[in-house]
Amino acid sequence: MLIASALLSLPLLSLFIIAFGRWERAHAVAYAGCFIACVSLFSGGLEHLGGVWGAPNLVLPFGLPWLKAHFRIDNLSALFLLVINFSGAIASAYAIGYSEHLHERRRVTPFYPLFLFGMNTVLVADDAFVFLVAWEFMSLASWLMVLADHEKPDNRRAAAVYLMMAVFGTFCLLPALGLMAGAGGDYTFAAMRLKDLSGVTGFLVVLLTLLGTGSKAGLVPLHVWLPLAHPAAPSHVSALMSGVMTKVALYGLIRILFDLHGDVGWQWGAAMMVVGGITAVMGVLYAVMQDDIKTLLAYSTVENVGVVVIGLGLAIAFKADGENLLAALALVAGLYHIVNHSVFKSLLFLGAGAVITATGKRSISQLGGLLNRLPVTGAAFLVGAAAASSLPPLNGFVSEWLILQTLFKGPGLPHWAMKFGVPVVGALLALAAALAAACFVRAYGIAFLGRPRTDAARQAGEVTFGMRASLVVLAGACVVLGVIPVTVTDALSHVVQPLTGVSFKVSADLGWPWLSPVSSNRGSYSGTVLVMVGLALFGAVILLVHRFGTEAVRRADAWDCGHREDIPQTQYTGPSFAQPIRRVFGGTVFRARESVVMPPPGDDSPARHTVSMIDPVWDGVYGRIGGIVNWAADLVNRLQYLTVRGYLLMMFCTLVFMLLVVAVRQQS
Amino acid sequence: MTAVVWQIVQIVLVLATAPLVTGWVRWVKARLNGRRGAPPWQPYRDFYRLLQKEAVVAHSASWIFRAAPYITFASVWLAACIVPTFTTNIFLAPAADLIALVALLAIGRFWTALAGMDVGTAFGGLGASREMMIASLAEPAMLMVTFSLSLVAGTTQPAQIVVFVLGGNVGIEVSLGLALAAMLMVAIAENGRIPIDNPATHLELTMVHEAMVLEYSGRHLAMIEAAQMVRLTLFMALIACLFAPWGMAMPGAGLPGILVGMAAFAAKLFILATALAWFETVIAKMRVFRYSDFLGGALLLGLLATIFLYVSEAV
Repeated sequence: MLIASALLSLPLLSLFIIAFGRWERAHAVAYAGCFIACVSLFSGGLEHLGGVWGAPNLVLPFGLPWLKAHFRIDNLSALFLLVINFSGAIASAYAIGYSEHLHERRRVTPFYPLFLFGMNTVLVADDAFVFLVAWEFMSLASWLMVLADHEKPDNRRAAAVYLMMAVFGTFCLLPALGLMAGAGGDYTFAAMRLKDLSGVTGFLVVLLTLLGTGSKAGLVPLHVWLPLAHPAAPSHVSALMSGVMTKVALYGLIRILFDLHGDVGWQWGAAMMVVGGITAVMGVLYAVMQDDIKTLLAYSTVENVGVVVIGLGLAIAFKADGENLLAALALVAGLYHIVNHSVFKSLLFLGAGAVITATGKRSISQLGGLLNRLPVTGAAFLVGAAAASSLPPLNGFVSEWLILQTLFKGPGLPHWAMKFGVPVVGALLALAAALAAACFVRAYGIAFLGRPRTDAARQAGEVTFGMRASLVVLAGACVVLGVIPVTVTDALSHVVQPLTGVSFKVSADLGWPWLSPVSSNRGSYSGTVLVMVGLALFGAVILLVHRFGTEAVRRADAWDCGHREDIPQTQYTGPSFAQPIRRVFGGTVFRARESVVMPPPGDDSPARHTVSMIDPVWDGVYGRIGGIVNWAADLVNRLQYLTVRGYLLMMFCTLVFMLLVVAVRQQS
Repeated sequence: MTAVVWQIVQIVLVLATAPLVTGWVRWVKARLNGRRGAPPWQPYRDFYRLLQKEAVVAHSASWIFRAAPYITFASVWLAACIVPTFTTNIFLAPAADLIALVALLAIGRFWTALAGMDVGTAFGGLGASREMMIASLAEPAMLMVTFSLSLVAGTTQPAQIVVFVLGGNVGIEVSLGLALAAMLMVAIAENGRIPIDNPATHLELTMVHEAMVLEYSGRHLAMIEAAQMVRLTLFMALIACLFAPWGMAMPGAGLPGILVGMAAFAAKLFILATALAWFETVIAKMRVFRYSDFLGGALLLGLLATIFLYVSEAV
């Protein structure tokens, strides 16, 4: 009831803001309303996850004439309700202060509640019809917000690409669900669960599901819209698109591949692991080259989606071979990373929004020294950056640890492809994690540390209390989710139990604060213990230094080996920080070429250092597809300029062809 | 209960021996170079002297610059407490496995790199950028070593690997040799030793770690140097623990066993430190952009180690 009324209030909020959008305070009221709705949905989800109500069904008599709308909340939906509405609530609270500075807010606020409505309805849908309608609500509402600042040509292009990819995704999902419903046309999920999906149908369902949800989640090479569209929207919407909407896509993937489609072959698991590994490495390699802070974060989302998909693929491979315990473990690891990424990516996007509010700049090369100007935002962003770099004891590390631990069991599968392939995927995952640390050291170091590079950065002032509070809450969540991992995994094992059919606890062997998948001899980790001992050692260090050393501090100019440099432009910039990594990886992946043009002696024009790179996915895949489409269009175009004789001939040929078809069919 | 006692002993032990190990490496290197060299206990004196000096902090520095040395040192110290040195019976052994150990070391690197960029000098950014490039290859290589060890021993827990190896369950395998080679290469890179980085260099465009910590002085510098020393000892302990655990005391061993374990640990440190000094003397430093060949090689060796497990026979 709580969930239903909260869901219904969202479209009403949207109507409200359309009616009263002129009124200054209406936007704050609408966002406050969204906050309350999200909190209600969150508590509703929490109640369900606690198992108080089981999995309630609700059938409403609307929709297509022969079909009622079915809703159901099971543990998986409840978990995603928590994920989505936690970030949703924080982003709404943040938007109360943030939207004041947005000049295009009348084109954003009306669609924001609809976006939340769409995402939440996807989770509670129990038939294909409601699922797809809600999915489209989510896509289109977010598309409208991407287009909010439509005066910029880049945003228009982003919106166009996004719309195309969204249509492609639905175009794949529609037949996937249709094939599962079968000829009988029973579109409820309950009926789909009973279907035997083997042979070509099953193959097509998995392929189309991967394409449909993968394009929404941002799997390489379907990720191209994501780094264009996520940054184009206002930051609180970017936070939801990156932190949460990609999770709804992964929910769709899990719902179909683990729940509706009973048995997916291990080959699919292997394929997902390879795609996930490539996605993770490519995503982070792109991220490490970016100068726009929001684009960087969007590419990092691509990386994390890849990491999750590795976990899910592993779960499928284990499940196909009857290793249900390991499958459950891999699924827990994947879900844990979903939870973690939604929290730290929301934090980072909202932090980026605070930076943009304070400075008006999105390019990190124009920032610098912000930590001194924005102490709270800077500290919260640091927590997010450390979590994204998967550093213990924060949350990002725990899920990566679990995925790696499960991955290390992968070669135990009987297939040779897995024995040789899993180590390669492991190497890709490790590479992605290490590069993520480089990426976030770069982003944080250039934007928040050092000396300010522009006046905008020099004069930045801290953002409003509401925005700071949102950031602090999210940073706190990053710490809590990392320090008490066992509490989280116990809740998650509750969620995966119906999907894999095993009941287990990740902490089974050693008890509460020790995370020990499989068995304690196999490998264990305890964030709780490490934090306590670490803090004790830290205290001991401070105590010893101040007992035996002096406390004198002198403030002076930077030494810098004796080079006095007053110009902040002599600091390292984004491109210069990325140079070593670009040289190591970029030469082959991006065909990065550096060239230096030195003016001849006597000429006082500046020397120029240029870097040229290509986007392998955009140029290699989409460029070619575009070329083929253009070529086909040119062929068709010739038909527009025929003579009357030509058209008559065409009609005659078509008629003859049709008659032949009929004749042949009657013969056989 | 004994686990807690031996844990406390180890916490003190790694801290107390680390300067001596570094001092010994420096002394042997000096001897091999034909110099007299400072005595091996010189680092203790340096450490005490640095603590007495006032710390100079740049105007543009934020709190990160002042917090980083302590956080770096504490995280490296914590990691060093977890690797079994003389006994596997330590309280913290299950708190972190090899994967978590790699990540614990990454904390120190993350903070040092940030501190390098905090003052806003060109050198700091240079060091940070190169350090992160090295880490982006060394860390996966280390994880691949972990992967192959976990396939051999069925565990990622250093203490359990010791139990497995000492139990005589493992023969000489190609995989282990490849893993050891990769591990040694990673250890050289992570500690900034020749041929990757030169710990004795200053004012050179080739420096990496020293460039990041150029602005430090006084007690902050003492912390940074101590972290470096503990990290070197940690890696030696780790190599000894994973590839030559002989002599280590098992749970239930009495005081004699512990003493044997300590003697064995001292001998292993002595051999590894001397070997390092010799290796650094006979090899030349590499160009920065050759690092990727070296570390990419380590990564591939680690990967090969996992794959060779299935195609080779153990002797």
